[in-house]
Amino acid sequence: MNFLRLRTNITRTILYVILLALAISMLLPFAWMLLSSFKAEDEVFTYDMNWLPSRIEFSGYYRALTLQPFLMYGMNSIVVSAIVTTVQVATATLAGYAFARLDFPGRNVIFLIYLSAMMIPVQATIIPAFILINRMGFLDSYQGLTLPFLATPFGAFLMRQFFLSMPKSLEEAAIIDGCSRFGVLLKVVLPLSKPALATLGLFTFMGVWNDFMWPMIITTTAEMRTLQVGLALMRTDLYPDWPMMMAASVMATLPVILAFLSAQKQFIQSLAFTGVKY
Amino acid sequence: MSLRWRRLGGEQTKVALLALLPSFIVFCVFTVYPLFYSLYMSFFNVHLIASTRRFVGWANYVTLLNNPTFKKAIMNTVHYTIGVVPIGISLSLVVAVLLNNRLRLEGFFRSAFFAPVVTSMVAVSLVWTWMLEPNYGLLNSLLTRIGITGPGWLTDPSWAMTSVIIVSIWKNLGYNMVIFLAGLQDIPSEVYESAQIDGASSVQSFFRMTLPMMKPTIGFASIMSIMSSMKVFSQIYTMTGGGPANSTMVIVYYLYQQAFEFYRAGYASAVAWILFVIIMVFTVIQMRFFKTDY
Repeated sequence: MNFLRLRTNITRTILYVILLALAISMLLPFAWMLLSSFKAEDEVFTYDMNWLPSRIEFSGYYRALTLQPFLMYGMNSIVVSAIVTTVQVATATLAGYAFARLDFPGRNVIFLIYLSAMMIPVQATIIPAFILINRMGFLDSYQGLTLPFLATPFGAFLMRQFFLSMPKSLEEAAIIDGCSRFGVLLKVVLPLSKPALATLGLFTFMGVWNDFMWPMIITTTAEMRTLQVGLALMRTDLYPDWPMMMAASVMATLPVILAFLSAQKQFIQSLAFTGVKY
Repeated sequence: MSLRWRRLGGEQTKVALLALLPSFIVFCVFTVYPLFYSLYMSFFNVHLIASTRRFVGWANYVTLLNNPTFKKAIMNTVHYTIGVVPIGISLSLVVAVLLNNRLRLEGFFRSAFFAPVVTSMVAVSLVWTWMLEPNYGLLNSLLTRIGITGPGWLTDPSWAMTSVIIVSIWKNLGYNMVIFLAGLQDIPSEVYESAQIDGASSVQSFFRMTLPMMKPTIGFASIMSIMSSMKVFSQIYTMTGGGPANSTMVIVYYLYQQAFEFYRAGYASAVAWILFVIIMVFTVIQMRFFKTDY
């Protein structure tokens, strides 16, 4: 018996060691990004690499913020992510509610068609979408950055699944009391849907914040660039300023990492939910 | 009046119409119309900005399928997919199985593996480009210390794709891990307990029970990984720009270059449709083999 317990203890220890090694290798790039961001511009160009900066320098951050309109990129990212998140949560709630609760002809067929559109790669539609935005005169504008993402099948799907899991009785009671459908949605359903709204909001915000291809093609001037576009354009092959690029990466990454850390349990659970169930 | 017609004019139908209207408009304008318009454009020579167009029939497709760079892009995309999916899926499965042992620090481990997933691909690519820098980067500096001269990870055509694959596996490990963890939690613990009583080792129970029971989840995650690998772009753009010597040229990067650098909208639309058809094939496979229920 003692031998068995010893064996389990050893296996457990090995397990921890393996996982710890893997976890460290996952976190290493983040550590390297952070450490490099505090180094002086020329300190990184040494064959005798040091982990820690010889002294903590903020000059990388200073250059990132001053050599380019980095704060403006940040502002644009915030504005675009906020608009898309707010509107998408609203359109998804409406559509999800219709698919989950309202009885209308062809409901399931329409839902399936809409859902299968999730499989259409953005790249298959990106060229006409660009031409369209250009014709509308929305190139290099918030409209151009946000319009295509104001409603997605994914959002409608997520909300529908959530509404389906809610008991109907409360809504029915409200309808008998003479409440309109939209009234029910607003006063009865929404207050109970905070977890789903938060999940969708978080996903949308993160997705838009990290999106790269669309903002890159749709913006033509520095004033409209988002953080990801600004970051990608910082990369030059000649005389790369690594501390500046790392400082910019830290600043662009921090908001999502903080959002993730503050809501990680919900985050991971809902990802598992959406990933496995569709 | 039949029930169907009453429903059609019913109060709920009107509300539903209103509720679906915003999503419907966005869907039609930015998905349905562009999808078919790109098919239409693929039969023309179209300039992306100027509105000049000339009907060319199948010429774009013919040129495309004979173009060595595009062929290379398809081969590279396949290479990338084969590099990313099997290793990425196996690694995430192993990590998920290891984590699924009611460990202390489980939260920390999960966050550590998941952190790259929430980080933007551009930031990740920048950091890795710096780590893989041939002379002063972290990896080669460490290799030098143990007496190995590391390759130019992103500058050597024979290493660039491997480097991109490593970065992508690192980035997506946590995503599949979470999906596998959810799948593992659906396996009733009695299954393992009875196996343990019968004297099965943990390796045995992994291969005899976990793996078979996880088959649907593994299949689902693999198909999803294959499809996202087909669309790889951001890391290519940021880390290699398709180079060196087209060694990391992939389908979407080729599409991007043709459409948005050379303004060949019709030609690039043909690329878009070829990609679309490939992805649809995988979607059909997924729907056939992994019954999804809504």
